[in-house]
Order: sequence, then C-alpha cells, then structure tokens
Amino acid sequence: MKLHEYQAKEIFAKYGIPIQRGVVVDAPDQIDGLGLAYPLVLKAQVLTGGRGKAGGIKLARTPGEARERATAILGMEIKGERVGRLLAAEAVEIGAEYYLALTVDRAARRLACIGSAAGGVDIEEVARTSPDKIDKLHVDPWAGFHPYQARQMGRRLGLAGKSLLQFASIATSLARICVEMDAELAEINPLAVVVGGPSPEAVGSLMAVDAKLVIDDNAVDRHKGLPRNGELTELEAEAKSHDLSYVELDGDVAIIGNGAGLVMSTLDMVAHFGGRPANFLDVGGGATTENMRQAMGIVLRKPGVRVLFVNIFGGITRCDDIARGIAAEPPPLPMVIRLTGTNEEEGRVILHGAGIQAMADPEEAAREAVRLAG
Amino acid sequence: MAILVNEQTRVLVQGITGFQGEFHARRMLEFGTKVVAGVTPGKGGAEVAGVPVFDTVAEAVLQNGATSSCIFVPALLAKDAALEAIASRLDPVVIITEHIPVLDSIEIVSAAQAAGVRVIGPNGPGVASPGRCKIGIMPNDLFKEGPVGLVSRSGTLTYEIVAGLTRAGIGQSTALGLGGDPVVGVSFQEAVRMFAEDPQTEVIVLVGEIGGAAEEEAARFIGESVRKPVVGYIAGRTAPPGKRMGHAGAVISGSEGTAEAKTAALQAAGVTVAELPGRVAGLVQQVL
Repeated sequence: MKLHEYQAKEIFAKYGIPIQRGVVVDAPDQIDGLGLAYPLVLKAQVLTGGRGKAGGIKLARTPGEARERATAILGMEIKGERVGRLLAAEAVEIGAEYYLALTVDRAARRLACIGSAAGGVDIEEVARTSPDKIDKLHVDPWAGFHPYQARQMGRRLGLAGKSLLQFASIATSLARICVEMDAELAEINPLAVVVGGPSPEAVGSLMAVDAKLVIDDNAVDRHKGLPRNGELTELEAEAKSHDLSYVELDGDVAIIGNGAGLVMSTLDMVAHFGGRPANFLDVGGGATTENMRQAMGIVLRKPGVRVLFVNIFGGITRCDDIARGIAAEPPPLPMVIRLTGTNEEEGRVILHGAGIQAMADPEEAAREAVRLAG
Repeated sequence: MAILVNEQTRVLVQGITGFQGEFHARRMLEFGTKVVAGVTPGKGGAEVAGVPVFDTVAEAVLQNGATSSCIFVPALLAKDAALEAIASRLDPVVIITEHIPVLDSIEIVSAAQAAGVRVIGPNGPGVASPGRCKIGIMPNDLFKEGPVGLVSRSGTLTYEIVAGLTRAGIGQSTALGLGGDPVVGVSFQEAVRMFAEDPQTEVIVLVGEIGGAAEEEAARFIGESVRKPVVGYIAGRTAPPGKRMGHAGAVISGSEGTAEAKTAALQAAGVTVAELPGRVAGLVQQVL
C-alpha cells in the first residue's frame, strides 16, 4: 500500500528526518492564514507517479497566487486519479541533490540501502545509464542497520563534516521506519542540501524534499493507525474484499482461473491466438461455489466484455464447486469453460445439466474463446 | 534418487490441527509420505489422522524423529513456526502459508542460511518425488515416477505441466514449487543445481513468471555449468507493468522482470522455451 507524500512525511518527522514546514489542504480557501512563509510550493497528493510533469506541483509567491494555483491543482486528474488534497509547504532553495532509499532486494533476499549523489531524477534511469553512481549495501536482518554503515556510504557519496553525520542519522532513521512499519520501500528523492529559504538555521543541512513510503500489503494489519489508501479500481477493491485477486486489462475476453501462474498463462494463451484479455481474476486455492459467483459478478461488470473464459485445474479447488457457481446463474453471454482435475466428472455433469459443455484441453478452449469474441 | 525429499524423509506438520493442516496431512499420508508428527502449541497429546500431536518441534523431533517440516500456520504466526523448525535443523522446511510479510520471510531465509537448512516457499505448493514422498498440497494423482525434474514459481501451473508430462507417458524425479512471493528460500538456481547433480533427473523443466530476476540468474548458471537439457516456460507475457498478477512477487517493476527478458536470457543459455504450457511435454519428449 502506497502512502501519500504528506502521510510519509508525518512518519518521517516522527523519526526525526528533517522536512519542510507544511500543511495539507483540501479546498483552495484553506490556503489563507496557514502561518507559512511565502513562497509556497503546492504539491498534488496522488499515489501515481509523474505528478510534476502533469502540472501537479506549482510555486506560489503570494496568497493570491496560492489560491489561484490551489484551485487549479485541486480537482485536477493525474493519470485518472482525481486530486483531492494538496500539500502546501514552505519552499526552500536547494543545492546538491542526493538519493536515499531502503528497499527489498529480491535477489539478495535482504533489505538494501541505496544511495546516490545523482538525486532528484529518475533513479532507474541513473541505474541504467551510469550504474557506478549507485551505491548499495545490504542489511543483515539479525545484526540490523547501523550508523557506521551509513557513514561509510556517505563518504562514498562524497559527503563530509556536518552533512555526513546528518546523512547517517537520516539513513538510520529510514532503516528504522522500514523495519518498524513493514515498508517494502522507503525513499527520499531528493534528499537535498538547503541553500536558502525561510529558516536560516536550515541552510547547509539536508532535508527530505520528497517522501515515498510503500507498506507491505501483507503487514498492514499489524500496524494500527495506518491510513487505508485505495489505489485500486472499484472492481479491484471489490475483488480484494472477497479475497480474489483481480487486475483490469483492456480487451473483451473476461478470464477467471485458479492460481496466479495458471491465470497468467491463460491470458497469454488468449493473446497467442489473437484475442484480447479484458481482465485477470484468480479465485485462489480452494475456491468455493460462492467465490465463483462473486468472481463472475466482478469480471462481467467490466464494460465491453463479450466472452467469459474459465480455466480451472482442480487441486484443492474442486471442479464440482466451480461448476455449481457457474450453473446457478449462467451469465447471458458466450462462455468457454475448461475444467480438469479434482471432481472433474461431477463438474461436467452439473454443467451439462445447465446446458453448458465443458472442455478439457486449455489450448482448444482458448482458441474457442477467441473465436467467440469475434 | 530425486531431490530434497525421498523415502527417508520423516515429515512433521506444523498447524496439523487446523483445517488445511489436517486435510493435507491426510493427503500426504495417502501419497505414501511418512508423516510422523504434528505440532500445534497447546494441543500436545492429541492425535490427528493417527498422527501424534506435540506442543513443540523439539519434542516432535526427539520422540518421533521428524526430519523435515510442512508449515500450515496463519501468516502472522508463520515466522515463529519457521524459526522453530529451523532451530531444530529440520530440512527442508516447506512453507505453504500465503501472505507472510516480506520482512518476516527475509528473517526466515536468513536464519535458514545460517543454520544450513533449506526453506521451500513461502506461498508455494511444496515438493513431491513420485513414489517416494510429497510435502505440501500438490494433488496426489498427477504424478508418475521418471526422469524429469520440474521447478516452478506457481502451483496450478505446475499441476498443468506435470499432468501434461504424465499424459505423454513421461515421469518426474521431483516437482518443486518455489513459491510466488518476492522473497523465497530455495531459488531457481539452487533447484537447477540440485537437478543437475541428481542421477535420476535427465531433463530439467523450469517454469518461471514475471517479476524479479531469479530466472535470469538461473539462466546464467545453466549457460555456464549445466549439461542436461533444460526446457522452459515463462508466464505473464501479457501482464501490464506495475500490477501484481495474483502472486505478491509477480509484478514488473520499471524495466525489470518482463517475460521477454526472462525468455531471452533462458534462450541465450541454450534453454528451449515453450510458447504455451501445453507444449512443454512435447519439447521434453524431443530431448529425452
């Protein structure tokens, strides 16, 4: 689960990571009387990336400008996400920009701390074009992350003096946030050197100008008081509430299956024979009749669906349970059902009773689904 | 021979008194697996499917000689259960549980490395050596003993491909599901190395999917040091970037983890990659 910048910064502040003074507003007239020093930077609070390019970040020198620009930002849509809130923060002048993050390194099976003196830009691009500018160290889960490791990294990034000590303190805090909040990504980009701004005492020190925090979905329940941000479409959210895994695509063949790998390969088969998957729905292991009905209700509500393709390999999931879910309320559109595995014969008989013919070969079934979609 | 599990393996089921634990303990017994003990803290002295239940793993090992574990414990309790199994040096420790927080998995995998034991999963179907032993939740009637070693990140896709092999009359040495999470214990590379060293295995089948770079890592290893033929399949060619496709680990992030990159890496290492899962058996037949 992604957190908004302002939510991440609230957490950063609690852990002593320096951030700009700022306030979150959801209406333009709230900009007045915030007690912040101008100029202000107004930043759209959305979960999608690329808000700067989309015009979601603006500078305001006067209260008049702030109201006008806040009006423009609030209510904007950025990649389909409506902007409901913005963060108004005291603008600072920045010099050097660094990158600092803690993230799960899948290959190393550890948390990794990643730093770069080439901050303020897309870090993936830096990693691709000049990998020597990326510094990385792994965190032993039992030994933990210690300031000396951060100081060593800071030296490699060219930091010295007060900035070096501050870098170590920020990195150590970020690692604590990561572990204590179950973050799969905690990122500061840029971590900037302040060269001017409203508070003279901040000049020369490092500040987290942006903040990104992604909490592990599997760990959200063990953290009380976390916000619940939905970045899912309506259908994706409904699927999640039923423990079904759903992803929206843009074709016309609705796809239900059991098991992530099998459903992915079902999508691939449909595409292979020239069809276009409308969605991906994994009913998971041990799906019941009720799960199957919920699944059909979700995939068929997607506009533009012309065919339903169900691909089930019964293991813990029983074909008769799935068949009952389909036969109870057969949807009013062409269907291709492929059933095999546990209780396959019972499943076939149930479907036959409802006038539905089940197929056994997945490739044949995929071809038929594509043919029916026309 | 087979890898990881065989006739000598004595299995302990952690969480045996739960619905899934009991159901699959029974299926494992039907398969012929030596399920010698169960553990559920607080329920020591009970019996499930004729298997004695202990309060702790240490007691189960001491009294009934368990050598490996299968974990069906709820996600937020699974780390403790896995560390308990690792502390008793059970090997392999097979974790079926889905939705374990990734930082917990990191601790589990790290503890296993330090103890020199192998963790399989989390969020996988387990491992089966036909005619010898099955740990986990794979359906019993798919298999046939034979020369193909299969390793996959997915459950049902494993069943689909194993069923295809069996239908074609081709048996398996061991089928292994690594789990669909971003951080898992045994990797593709380790599995391929075990199959390469296993005298029963003549052909290796590697079934990957989008996300991470474990398939690419295995491809490098295959190119450098595997002489046995390898047939591959990668699921998720049509998956959009940034979306988790059912598995927590099945997500393309930035330019990393695409099916194209994985397919290309495998092909560069001399692996024949099937376009569709149903074509794996035919390709295996050609190299056997």
